[in-house]
Amino acid sequence: MALIARRILPGYGLTLGITLAFLSSIVLVPLAALFLKAAGLGPSDWARILTSPRTLAAFRLTFGASAAAAGVSTVFGLLIAWVLVRYRFPGRRILDAMVDLPFALPTAVAGITLAQLYGPRGWMGQVLQALGIQGAYSPFGVFIALTFISFPFVVRTVQPVLEDLQPDAEEAAATLGANRLVTFRRILLPTLFPALLTGFTLAFARAIGEYGSVVFISGNLPFKTEILPLLIIGQLEQFHYSAAAVIAASMLLVSFTLLFLINLLQRRLVARSH
Amino acid sequence: MSISIQHLTKSFGSYRALDDVSLDVPEGSLTALLGPSGSGKTTLLRILAGLEFADPGGARILFDGVDVAQIPAGDRGIGFVFQHYALFRHMSVAENIGFGLSVLPASQRPPRKEIRERALDLLKRVKLDGLQDRRPSELSGGQRQRVALARALAVQPKVLLLDEPFGALDAQVRKDLRRWLRQFHDEIGLTTLFVTHDQEEALELADQVVVMRHARIEQSGAPQEIYDQPRTSFVYEFLGEVNKLPGDRYIRPHEIELKFAADEGVDLTGRVHRLFVAGPIARMGILPDSPAFQEIEVWAPREQVREMALTDGDLVGLRFPTFPRLPLKS
Repeated sequence: MALIARRILPGYGLTLGITLAFLSSIVLVPLAALFLKAAGLGPSDWARILTSPRTLAAFRLTFGASAAAAGVSTVFGLLIAWVLVRYRFPGRRILDAMVDLPFALPTAVAGITLAQLYGPRGWMGQVLQALGIQGAYSPFGVFIALTFISFPFVVRTVQPVLEDLQPDAEEAAATLGANRLVTFRRILLPTLFPALLTGFTLAFARAIGEYGSVVFISGNLPFKTEILPLLIIGQLEQFHYSAAAVIAASMLLVSFTLLFLINLLQRRLVARSH
Repeated sequence: MSISIQHLTKSFGSYRALDDVSLDVPEGSLTALLGPSGSGKTTLLRILAGLEFADPGGARILFDGVDVAQIPAGDRGIGFVFQHYALFRHMSVAENIGFGLSVLPASQRPPRKEIRERALDLLKRVKLDGLQDRRPSELSGGQRQRVALARALAVQPKVLLLDEPFGALDAQVRKDLRRWLRQFHDEIGLTTLFVTHDQEEALELADQVVVMRHARIEQSGAPQEIYDQPRTSFVYEFLGEVNKLPGDRYIRPHEIELKFAADEGVDLTGRVHRLFVAGPIARMGILPDSPAFQEIEVWAPREQVREMALTDGDLVGLRFPTFPRLPLKS
């Protein structure tokens, strides 16, 4: 009797092997090295680094601004995807292509542009200042940069789902007396929710790791507008490699836990609706 | 509710889907809109539902004498059943059925408990009791279609509109559901229109059959009237198998009398070709001796075929009883 189960699809061993080798060399080994480095410090050092007010402030800003940016991106990303999919208007294709720009633009360029635009003398900055809001060089500036780099993820995850949506469920709702708002809330939104959550997760993850654009718009004031990646760079510049590794490792753990929980939630939702 | 459609025209760009269509549907009737794809039957149904809008002009749609052109779909008092069910996938069966009641304005909306009870009631009517907490994905096609029907009925419509309701189902389920729908209609007497491209379904189910072709109504009337007195060659051909004889004459396979070649009164002789007896009647093709005729399809009782001891290649005679319904307009 053959002990090896025969598979119809060829290449199982080969593709799985390559996958593992690839993931190990590019993700697993570097991350393991990071934890190894961080483990060079004892628990008391970990506690000292992580509970210092400066680190805590950076944690709050990074995760808070990222969550806010991802949330706003989710709302407006849905709106943009909706407009691009449901309506035909001149310039639609150009608008569609513009959504990808934040993917392609060097984030430093984006950061400098945004800093100018939202700075005290910039077009947008002046408008905001009139409203009593400081644009660039504030936590709000961090939020703007993170929104800029994260919203395309939402648009691109929701768009194909919207395109595949058959209009007949919405029509059925209309014949049953639901108005458009009710149809959106009770028929469309639940259908789109898993895709929206995926978009949110991607946007959130992207925002947490963002560095390039934020350093130009935030002003990098410790305790106020300093994000975690910047704090890490700061430690590295002072040759505190282990401290940098500790911050990075804990940042990674928090991110992973959050993403894992969102994934779990999404699985549950998808399982329920199929 | 009675429906009167007057001079309805609908274009999609340069394509004309309906061309000056007028039709009356009496209260309580079961009407079939029958036609090949692209004949405009679904568009007509969707305009009645308020899901599409007729071209501006002289068109009028009257429900009990009231023009509904400006009334949105949800306020027309219609129940619509979609070809692919269009159930809400993220809701349970009971939630699907209760949806129409749950979106009523707060002043008319029954309490939650009552909505659920009404849903369970309807579920019983469509013989799906016990499935209220399933998701649509856990049901078979026939069950889904009945849930869709229950959902449409929950809002107590005055007209039921069904778009190819059995189109996506297996042959057997289709037949069962068809009979069930006829019975259901006889019980509640709701004015019903359904779209189909299946002539058998239309003839078996409807009180009134409306045959459509190229955006127009070709003929409408009771099933037997349509079947026995088709006014055009298209209707003749669309409603069942038919032989076209020289001079634009039509005769159905069962109307031809099968005889021995030497018998008296034989109009045409020919040879039996692909005799097929596995079924309630014997079917065969006759290759006529006269070159003016094409192959003729003949259906005869099986006993007769057995008594005549026919096999492929035998010479037989055909008699066309009245040589009826001669030149039709085409």
